[in-house]
Amino acid sequence: MESTVASTGTEGKVWGGGNKPLGASYGKLMMWFFIVSDALTFSGFLAAYGFSRFKFIDSWPIADEVFTHVPFLHGQELPMIYVAFMTFILIMSSVTMVLAVDAGHNMNKSKVTIYMFLTIIGGAIFVGSQAWEWATFIKGDYGAVQTKGGNILQFGKLTTVDGEEKFKRVAVSDFVMTVPDVRRQHERKNGLWFREEGTLPNYTVNEVYQGLQADPELLVRTQIINEDGHKTVLSRQASLETIRDDGQLVVEGANLRANEYGTALFADFFFFITGFHGFHVLSGVVINIIIFFNVLIGTYERRGSYEMVEKVGLYWHFVDLVWVFVFTFFYLV
Amino acid sequence: MAHAHNLEILRGLIKFKSNTQKIWGVLILLSIVTAVEVVLGIYKPDVLMIPVLGMKGLNWIFIILTVVKAYYITWDFMHMRDEKASLRRTVVWTAVFLISYLIFILLQEGGYVFDVYEETFIKRDF
Repeated sequence: MESTVASTGTEGKVWGGGNKPLGASYGKLMMWFFIVSDALTFSGFLAAYGFSRFKFIDSWPIADEVFTHVPFLHGQELPMIYVAFMTFILIMSSVTMVLAVDAGHNMNKSKVTIYMFLTIIGGAIFVGSQAWEWATFIKGDYGAVQTKGGNILQFGKLTTVDGEEKFKRVAVSDFVMTVPDVRRQHERKNGLWFREEGTLPNYTVNEVYQGLQADPELLVRTQIINEDGHKTVLSRQASLETIRDDGQLVVEGANLRANEYGTALFADFFFFITGFHGFHVLSGVVINIIIFFNVLIGTYERRGSYEMVEKVGLYWHFVDLVWVFVFTFFYLV
Repeated sequence: MAHAHNLEILRGLIKFKSNTQKIWGVLILLSIVTAVEVVLGIYKPDVLMIPVLGMKGLNWIFIILTVVKAYYITWDFMHMRDEKASLRRTVVWTAVFLISYLIFILLQEGGYVFDVYEETFIKRDF
């Protein structure tokens, strides 16, 4: 045997192989490789978001005014409450995941099963909440007018609350006037048969202008942030002129081309980054379900080790980690 | 599987009796940090709105608290505390170095593009 097996006589020494410099199994190391590369991907996205924010530092939408909704509490402005809840759910499901890993180290099958199940439930609640966030964001609530230069103009009235003058938003649909000569949507059946166009907005800029003229209290607010950290409110005269001269499109809600909150990039990044993260959570839930059933049928009990739960746990915690950053940069900063 | 867990957090200020107890302890810590962030985010105290190093003071607090949360998620939930120093450094320093560099170049350029819009003859308000 001596002659057929290549032996260097250095096994067990530092450069001879056979020792484990990182002290981790192959599977865990590969998971760490993946996590580092995925962390760089997310950093790339968030840094690009930061780039756009610094590019539009004086006109970026204020998150507190955009994300104010909580399910079942219609019409109340509760900024951040719901995202804080989502963050807590995700951290909580991370905790049940570590508890599952811990139970796995003690070879306690029934506990691993319970904790894996709770982790899956937490993940599902989070993905559902994110879907709801998206739906609310896409639907929008006040509407706005986009100018020829792509800027967003919002509407509202100045009201005095506790001796302080505040700008209270008014929805476009509450003050528009119907003007009979509206342009009809072009369809295939009229005009050139091979041409059609996308859905027209519910209102035209002229209808908004007529409504604005009729209510003397209405004012226009631009995207530009002033020294006090608020968006600039135009005078009555300037409001009318801006809408008449620059207004081009009535925007309600958000899509990838325009949104009522501010620069188009804001919604683009929101969809892209929270979407990419949501997809990670969704894959995490699917992987967790697979592992859950493997635990149930006793695969790891027979293998004698619950390391697979630990590896999936690493991924799940990473998803939580990314959310902590997304939460900060989208909702807080 | 006799895994040795390091049961101290905050440099030994808090010691836990078991791994399970440590997990709940870290959860409480993370929840407190998140609660502080949310309260600051809702009330936005005027004292913290002064600019510090090109950003609002409050934003720096948010970023620091986020890094604190990231530390505890990685160290206690992902068991970095129990890994060998070589693995820990391989993962953490690679990411920290590359991400810092990325953030620096992109934010620097973002500020430059803003200046170009602001100071040259490019019209944006129409």
